[in-house]
Amino acid sequence: MNRIQKKLQENHKLLSIYFTAGYPSLEDTASIIQSLEKNGADMIEIGLPFSDPLADGPTIQASSTQALENGMTTNVLFNQLKDIRKTVSIPLILMGYFNPMLQYGVEAFCAKCQEIGIDGLIIPDLPVDVFNEHYKAIFDRHGLINVFLITPQTSIDRIKFIDSISKGFIYMVSTASVTGSNSGFGTEQTTYFKRIADMKLKNPQIVGFGISNNETFTQATQYAKGAIIGSAFIKHLKHAGTNKIGEFTASILNK
Amino acid sequence: MSYNINDKGYYGKFGGAYIPEMLYPNVEELRQNYLKIMSEPSFKSEFNQLLKDYVGRPSPLYFAKRLSEKYNTKIYLKREDLNHTGAHKVNNTIGQILMAQRLGKSRIIAETGAGQHGVATATVCALMGLTCIVYMGEVDIARQAPNVARMKMLGAEVRPALSGSRTLKDATNEAIRDWINNPIDTHYIIGSVVGPHPYPDMVARFQAVVSEEIQWQLQEKEGTTKPNYVLACVGGGSNAAGAFYHYLDDIDVKLIAVEAAGKGIHSGESAATSALGREGIIHGSKTLLMQTHDGQITEPYSISAGLDYPGVGPMHAHLYTSGRAEFISITDDQAMTAGLELSQLEGIIPAIESSHAFAVLEQKTFEPDDIVIINLSGRGDKDLQNYIDYFSY
Repeated sequence: MNRIQKKLQENHKLLSIYFTAGYPSLEDTASIIQSLEKNGADMIEIGLPFSDPLADGPTIQASSTQALENGMTTNVLFNQLKDIRKTVSIPLILMGYFNPMLQYGVEAFCAKCQEIGIDGLIIPDLPVDVFNEHYKAIFDRHGLINVFLITPQTSIDRIKFIDSISKGFIYMVSTASVTGSNSGFGTEQTTYFKRIADMKLKNPQIVGFGISNNETFTQATQYAKGAIIGSAFIKHLKHAGTNKIGEFTASILNK
Repeated sequence: MSYNINDKGYYGKFGGAYIPEMLYPNVEELRQNYLKIMSEPSFKSEFNQLLKDYVGRPSPLYFAKRLSEKYNTKIYLKREDLNHTGAHKVNNTIGQILMAQRLGKSRIIAETGAGQHGVATATVCALMGLTCIVYMGEVDIARQAPNVARMKMLGAEVRPALSGSRTLKDATNEAIRDWINNPIDTHYIIGSVVGPHPYPDMVARFQAVVSEEIQWQLQEKEGTTKPNYVLACVGGGSNAAGAFYHYLDDIDVKLIAVEAAGKGIHSGESAATSALGREGIIHGSKTLLMQTHDGQITEPYSISAGLDYPGVGPMHAHLYTSGRAEFISITDDQAMTAGLELSQLEGIIPAIESSHAFAVLEQKTFEPDDIVIINLSGRGDKDLQNYIDYFSY
């Protein structure tokens, strides 16, 4: 069983944290991962920076630009992660746009992920249909779990299709927005969270986009298995640096 | 072999829809409906009526006598510069605004490079009374000031794109993000044959009126529907797609796509995608694009804001790799010189984008009885300051 699948069986709400690899400094990648695990993160999404991140708001865009300027590349990231499994045991997911993977070679990229001990991938601009038709066999062969997104606008039939293709969790985008919107959740979101929970899908849902504090984390996980925090963590890194990660996770988990 | 799109949304291996799930409902709604809506008699008649009475179509096919004498061949200019708003862009925005209305959308967004597509979008939004927001790179806002003023006067809001090179690519990113943030009431009017399927095909079909007219206009003037050559500049490639459309599968007609080499193909400041690009994904489409070894999209450069784009539409990627079209790169200097020449030989000041196509006349020799059609995609009013600055030193 994949680490993601094991983690999902734990009997508590999961905190997943996204950060952009190579930010704030090029060599911060491994230490951020280790610190996040030590401070209570259940899962980590490692962002492979891209020049044109279409689904991301200003915070993650800026961190991606900075990371690329710092010298982050696919090879640099793989090198930084080559010994990560000696110190880290929670699930690690790579999140990145498809073009850099295509240029690396999808097969080679997946093989490298497997070798390092990456458990899954989130590729926002590789639609589930294209994945299913052209790439699924490659990812499967390397034991990788692909995570797909649903939004408040995703149709019931499509949610069922995505559920049938998924083997880990479903990434439930809270609001129609790019990452980093920060307006809190209203009845519209909670109704949507409940509507999806009531579908009794085979894959648990983890909510992302718009979660920035204990209040939104609690709201998001009322019906879902967990929540993902990205932009708020990037902002924390920007202002507080990499030494106070424990303060951040504690504020989210209200510990 | 067909050079047009297949039923899965690909030109050869290029095209498709590589989009985040957040965009799927909108793009899928469009995919399922665009051909049906375009074939409705009421749509066709409204589209054609507006092209005739509002845009001023058909645009003339003009025999350029002095230019023909100089280059010892028969050169015809397809005068898209005479359209209302000054370029071919309006053919597409008229089509898409009618599409948006039928899809029940009330808010329109667009990206623009040179500002021609932004103006054409602001124009049709004013015409139909719809909210209009145009994303434009901060650099382009500075170098295309007249068009920014026009958009504002037409009632559009111009939002600067501040990321990346702050040009067309970045404006497109911002427009896509806006669409993600506004999934219900908004239609995105893409200005070129780029983006996820069905955009490249839809925009090409709206621009196809250009080659449809060339066929019967040439029949009247030369007794044949077929020229020997069709030339058009390519940034994303919408004017070329329109000029080529009805000749795509007619291999007697040679197609020449003209890209912007900027300061030279290997100068590091260029937008010649066919020469410098590799297969990859940009703005939701698998196509040729300029990128690093690592798959990061690189910043293009051209003196012409409308050609300053690191990709080409998937149709053109296929025309290039299949060899159906010849691709020629033209530098800033060659284009500016050609623009001045057209002004002084024919009394027509072309957009700098279009000047690139005219510069091919110095690069390539045509036979005296060849019929060469150059798509004069836009007029140069917006570029006057750039021409003046360029020729003043």
